Amino acid sequence: MNHNLPILVLTFPLLAAFAVNLLGKISKKHVAPWTLASLVLSSVASFFVLIDVLENGTFKYTVGGWLPPYGIELVLDPLSALMLVLVSWVALIATFSALPSIKKEMPGREHLFFSLYLILICGMMGLVITGDAFNLYVLLEITSITTYGLIAMGRGRAPLSSFNYIIMGTVGACFYLLGVGYLYLITGTLNMGDIARLLPPLYESPTVATAFCFLMVGLWIKMAFFPLHGWLPNAYTHAPAGASVLIAPLMTKVTVYLMIRIIFSVFSPQYAFLIHGRVQTLIVWAAVIAIVAASLIALSQRDLVKMLTYVVIAEVAYMVGGVWLGNTNGLTGAVFHIVNDALMTLCFFLVSSAILYRFGSTHFKDLHQLFRKMPITLCVLVVGALSVVGVPPTCGFFSKWYLLLGGIEAGHYGFVGALIFSSLVNAVIFFRVLEIAFSSAGEESVPAEISGSRETHPLMIPSLVVVAIALVVIGINAGSFLSQVIRVAVPSL
Amino acid sequence: MDGWLVDLVAKYNYWIYVVLMMIGFYAMIRKNNLVKKLIGMNIFQTAIILFFISTGAKKGGRIPIVDYEQALAGAVQAADIVNPLPHVLMLTAIVVSVSVTGVALATMLKIYKEYGSIDEDQILERVKNHEP
Repeated sequence: MNHNLPILVLTFPLLAAFAVNLLGKISKKHVAPWTLASLVLSSVASFFVLIDVLENGTFKYTVGGWLPPYGIELVLDPLSALMLVLVSWVALIATFSALPSIKKEMPGREHLFFSLYLILICGMMGLVITGDAFNLYVLLEITSITTYGLIAMGRGRAPLSSFNYIIMGTVGACFYLLGVGYLYLITGTLNMGDIARLLPPLYESPTVATAFCFLMVGLWIKMAFFPLHGWLPNAYTHAPAGASVLIAPLMTKVTVYLMIRIIFSVFSPQYAFLIHGRVQTLIVWAAVIAIVAASLIALSQRDLVKMLTYVVIAEVAYMVGGVWLGNTNGLTGAVFHIVNDALMTLCFFLVSSAILYRFGSTHFKDLHQLFRKMPITLCVLVVGALSVVGVPPTCGFFSKWYLLLGGIEAGHYGFVGALIFSSLVNAVIFFRVLEIAFSSAGEESVPAEISGSRETHPLMIPSLVVVAIALVVIGINAGSFLSQVIRVAVPSL
Repeated sequence: MDGWLVDLVAKYNYWIYVVLMMIGFYAMIRKNNLVKKLIGMNIFQTAIILFFISTGAKKGGRIPIVDYEQALAGAVQAADIVNPLPHVLMLTAIVVSVSVTGVALATMLKIYKEYGSIDEDQILERVKNHEP
């Protein structure tokens, strides 16, 4: 491998963030090319990194030549390389939709928005490949602070939602930091590999258990695992459409990945699943409750975006439950679902942002006859809905299948039942949206603002179509994708 | 009783950080004023900084600046000097904490412009009036 390729993936968006900010002040027309160019470059580079890692195995990059455990290293194993590809490609596709919608929503401030946007992407890429526990905290806060800023840029309730997110997010990050502190106290190192090497003789220590609890709870707050989800729905609903299209698909998924990383690279599955066996069952039950509750709340929503945020919360619980089942099938399902769910959520938020671009509202009462007005967008929504329900040719079916297999293998029928229940609820809520979109309006409500007779901005259409195709293509090739990428990426139990 | 007292006195730094953290937590949950919530958040973060710093301390430890020649000769004992790493980590954590506070204050300004209040109850009331 070209030895500097992994760090280059991160560097492109970081440098472009400064360029966008400075040149954007002079003229707004610099914003789009710099943003897109940097993301294209890092997407292509990340793709080569993944291919190289799959061929030649794990690669460790020491930043600045400072050797671990004192220096910070970037670890590129198949799982983190897969996440790197996922983050950069989802970000690239989301940008095609974010550019026009931000231009419309906050004219004159695009350069400020996109410099934060690029730093957020850079932070997420750093999160997935870092091999240092404290560095992970710093990157977690970089992504969070940029997210707070992006959400607060919205109108109306956005700043208030962002403030609640700041309070909750900081508590989560502080818990994570405390966990790292306890691990440092007992091992004297911050490098993940080094901690994993020193930890096994200390597994009986209550300090290690405390550290594990703090790390998990901190990450659960950040990923909005059900009882700790309070900040997410309002924050993602009121954020500018261009921000939620990036944040919703990636932030929660990256945090689920971090949970897997902590369990498997810092601790060991033996520690997480065997030493405290009862805790494992408890967490899967928590996931069951989370899935059922989030699905029911989604059912009661009257706004498309708000409904989608609860679907996201239910999907987070799928993955947490899948990981904590503690068997290979469950874990395969969870890792596969990270990829699928990122694409499905991206699909939904692209659709909602296209609708917002044209009509300025996603409330159900404004969606009547939408199919006639925006046929392509609605077709994409149908594909996304089929995938989230789990209908076979789409990719959602396959990850859900592995999660179900994992549940049956672990003998955890509550989890199996919750998955099936949630799929049925998803079928109901998306069928309802489609029914409204097909039906003609009653007497009331012609949408307040309609921008032109075009379906939506021409830049948004290709990204919508690409995601819909990706959902089907990954589904059709699920067999080879699983055997060549996912199975290699899943950490061994 | 004795064991409990010994724990309390010998590990007083941990108790102080827990108490501080709970004060911050209380303010974040209970206070309606957003500024007070933010101050609670800052106390919460500071408690953790205190926890880290206190773990680096050693009885009779010197400042961690060592003589190059002595260090090469192996004459410097790790037990004699304070562990500097927690301090360095907390420098970063302070930067993070300051940035979060900055973003939170800026957000609060926007909230005040939107609703004319920083009291949570009043804001929520006005939000309800905005959205019939």
